[in-house]
Amino acid sequence: MATLNMVQAIRATLEREMERDERIILLGQDIGRNGGMFRATDGLQERFGEARVVDMPLAEGVIVGSAVGLACSGLRPIPELQFLGFGSQAFHQIEGQVARMRFRSQSRYPMPIVIRAPFGGNVRTPELHSDAHEAKYANSPGLKVVTPASAHDAKGLLTEAIRGEDPVLFCEPLRGYRLIKDAVPDEDYTLPFGRLRIARPGSDVTLVAWSAAVVVAEQAAELAEQEGISCQVVDLRTLVPLDVEGLAKAVSATGRAVVVHEAPLTAGFGAEVVATIVEHAFSALSAPVLRVTAPDAPYPFSSLERAYLPSAERSLGAIRRVMGAA
Amino acid sequence: MSILTTSTGGPTPVRILAPDGSVPDGYRPPLPDSELLAAYRLMLMSRRVDERAFNLQRQGRLGVFSPVNGQEASVIGSAFALDPTRDWVVPQYRELPAMLRQGYTLERFLLYCMGDPEGNRMPDGVNLLPIQISLAAQIPHVVGLAWGLRHQGRDSVVCVYFGDGASSEGDFHEACNLAGVRRAPVIFFLQNNRWAISTPVSKQTGADSFATRATGYGFPGELVDGNDFFAVHEATLLAVARARAGEGPTLIESRTYRMGPHNTADDPTRYVDPEELEAYRALDPVARVRSFLLEAELLSEELEHRMRAEIEEELAAAVAAAEARGAGRPEQIFDHVYADPPPRLLDQRDAITGEAQ
Repeated sequence: MATLNMVQAIRATLEREMERDERIILLGQDIGRNGGMFRATDGLQERFGEARVVDMPLAEGVIVGSAVGLACSGLRPIPELQFLGFGSQAFHQIEGQVARMRFRSQSRYPMPIVIRAPFGGNVRTPELHSDAHEAKYANSPGLKVVTPASAHDAKGLLTEAIRGEDPVLFCEPLRGYRLIKDAVPDEDYTLPFGRLRIARPGSDVTLVAWSAAVVVAEQAAELAEQEGISCQVVDLRTLVPLDVEGLAKAVSATGRAVVVHEAPLTAGFGAEVVATIVEHAFSALSAPVLRVTAPDAPYPFSSLERAYLPSAERSLGAIRRVMGAA
Repeated sequence: MSILTTSTGGPTPVRILAPDGSVPDGYRPPLPDSELLAAYRLMLMSRRVDERAFNLQRQGRLGVFSPVNGQEASVIGSAFALDPTRDWVVPQYRELPAMLRQGYTLERFLLYCMGDPEGNRMPDGVNLLPIQISLAAQIPHVVGLAWGLRHQGRDSVVCVYFGDGASSEGDFHEACNLAGVRRAPVIFFLQNNRWAISTPVSKQTGADSFATRATGYGFPGELVDGNDFFAVHEATLLAVARARAGEGPTLIESRTYRMGPHNTADDPTRYVDPEELEAYRALDPVARVRSFLLEAELLSEELEHRMRAEIEEELAAAVAAAEARGAGRPEQIFDHVYADPPPRLLDQRDAITGEAQ
């Protein structure tokens, strides 16, 4: 068991799976010789050759679109979007093609494609690099959306994604690439999709989050603890499939819930979480479910991002409100 | 030696088969007689499907349908340059005869037009991707498919069909660029039929040729008379040979004319000049091949009559088989969405199929 940061866990998983299955090929911008903008593919081209770790032209649409054809040929491509914000330039290929090809072809052409993309803010990037766009992909039937919050989960969920037959958008928390570090077993393992994780036990309020927002929720839980409020932190791990049963059970245990996410409020995935809680745990609720999110404004330039992103302090405010204390 | 080796992709389309069915002295078609007749038969079949499908649509027995009318030489001349056992066709939605040549069936096509997703299921072993409605979205797929097949040691060539309208999409550019970089064995078969629904080609591009775009991607472009079966066929043969030899992609602009409406929901009398349409009728691609075959004494009135009778029978059998399948079942909404569907989707399936019972 080694302590790895998130990007090390991802790199090691890619290497392990490429050894296991020669049908896997990686494609993306700067992933070969440069080893990826964040070193997620460091050394892999050296190890597996230019035919399997492919530096692509700067064009998201054809990075994803050619992956569709590679999959039709029998390969298992893993395209990388340098940032999820740039995924908008491939959205028609992801939503209209990757997600639907199995249906359109009636399973003649399954799409075992894992689209990897760092996302999320607080790392002072230029415009359009930091957006948390997971909700629009979650609203694209045929696709699965995976959002690990720990290095351990990144390995298990990425292995599950690569070995599965369905297309996956694998969202990697950019600010957690090096900050998130935890124990990662050396041996192979998979984590099933649609099973949330209780990141922290607690009895008064359930905080629901995914990806980097899990860290924010954990910090908020620490602050609440000092005020005598016990918070349970739920890490959804995967948005599609959503662990409906696990979510209802977790919220029913406390009767109060706050959802924390980086995307803007309106039509963010938090809305789906709240609706699911209301549908499946209404009778257990003793307070309205609140959301702590980015505002409905474009992701700002970097000097403003701390005020824009949900913080532990703002989350604490919501925790106090659901406890009737504010 | 191909007759096209001197083509520059300039603004004059290469022509071999004249509108009266004559060919240059000494020209020998590169196809055996049996294949020439098979191609002509497929042209007749395509025309007949156009008529029959239109009637079925008007009777409410078929959904939206896009006729091939006018583009038969373009679609069939190119398809006959491919080897269906190893080469691939990636269609848009107006290339039924090329799909039939690859091994797709009329029955499936009718099912597709009736709104049954099973109709878009290409039979196992048939080298076709499904019909694509999102214009140009199939072009990036083709580059990946050709590259992936080569990566696995196969010598396949992939021919993708799209139109002058689709060439305006970003996917066309991104795909051509990548194909050039990777020298992928792709034929970009651009059917310039002069119309994207009601938008004339003059509003689609400021250039006088699409073929010349190939230069910018580092591979050859050919401009051919798309109503000339032999010109289309020869250009495609050349492109297949290049691709097979590892020399990379070719862009072929097949300059043809859509003689019918965009589809069954379109009324081209609102925007097509009837005189222009008449002028193109004189260049009918099927009539040209017919004149050639009659002159060469490969075809007789009697043989043609027999072909038409067979086609009628095949078509009637396909319509009967497709209609016998009946309306779609609600379960089909959910089948084939995921290999491993989320539990909540299964709940939705149970709710909807339960209501339907």
